[in-house]
Amino acid sequence: MNMSLDHFSSPSDADTLSRLRDRLGLAAEAGGLLDVAYTTIDSPVGPLLLAATPKGLVRVAFDVEDHDRVLGILSQRISPRVLRAPRRLDAAARELDEYFGRQRRAFDLPLDLSLSTGFRQLVQRRLPEIGYGQTRSYGQVAELVGNPRAVRAVGTACATNPLPLVVPCHRVLKADGTPGGYVGGPDAKKALLRLEAAA
Amino acid sequence: MKQPFEKVVERHGGTVLRVCRVIVGAHDAEDAWSETFLAAMRAYPDLPDDANAEAWLVTIAHRKAIDVLRARKRQPTPVGELPEAPTALGVPGAGDGDLWQAVAALPEKQRQAVAYHYVAGLAYAEIAGILGGTTDAARRAAADGIKNLRKNYPGAAMEGAPS
Repeated sequence: MNMSLDHFSSPSDADTLSRLRDRLGLAAEAGGLLDVAYTTIDSPVGPLLLAATPKGLVRVAFDVEDHDRVLGILSQRISPRVLRAPRRLDAAARELDEYFGRQRRAFDLPLDLSLSTGFRQLVQRRLPEIGYGQTRSYGQVAELVGNPRAVRAVGTACATNPLPLVVPCHRVLKADGTPGGYVGGPDAKKALLRLEAAA
Repeated sequence: MKQPFEKVVERHGGTVLRVCRVIVGAHDAEDAWSETFLAAMRAYPDLPDDANAEAWLVTIAHRKAIDVLRARKRQPTPVGELPEAPTALGVPGAGDGDLWQAVAALPEKQRQAVAYHYVAGLAYAEIAGILGGTTDAARRAAADGIKNLRKNYPGAAMEGAPS
């Protein structure tokens, strides 16, 4: 004998579940269980995944990076207690919005750099020194961090930047002035450079 | 590799809600659901990667539902207030009021066995692990529950035969 599952479903289940999931996010935050909160936002360079630990923004990911894959990595490297809980990302979402609307030239957000280590993290810490609308070559950044021969390592540090946009690796170009690679794809890099040049 | 907890909520949230409705009624189901997933999130990092997440969640829901039912019994009857709606059971708008009453009237073990097998789709061996007792006892409790439901709720569509 089989009782249909439908007997215990209700037409408003989707609404109920979405409300319960919001409530779970708030309760998990209040209970100190929300190790990684995330949300997705729309932007001129496509949908962006924003993720934060209690320490700060830990990951910004472009659509081409595959958001599900990125969430899997966060689950593995930080904690599997990962929930879609937009509230913790409110400030980051607002600042990015202002940035794309040319109302903001620098980000003022607590960051959690725990996804990168060593020389890569050192480079990523210094990148915000390249101001809005300016660019540097990989070689110049190598000099900036006091290791002028580490040009390729600077390239790797930019390619593995867990916080693109906020940590402005898009302002680092090849020595001949062409954009070079970008974690969000070359078109996104060009679009960001255009956005900042027009301001 | 352990998937993000969000995926667990996404995949099993609906089933756990239906199980909670059967066990504690629609009125308290949302509290039972919330308690279940909060406790699950707390314990999630220690769950073995190859564990059956649904059976694990139903086990937690079973304990939380017992807590919710106990709390409900402890609540004093309100005095000097309007009486509550005639029944705490039933899903608003589902139009299955008789079925809900029939389910609510089942003895607890039968109601649990029916919920865990027919709603959550757990095997009787898993249900025995949750309820205590043998696999055969779990199978019998579910069969008795269905027999009672058929008697008291002739309109229930019960066809097919999963193990």
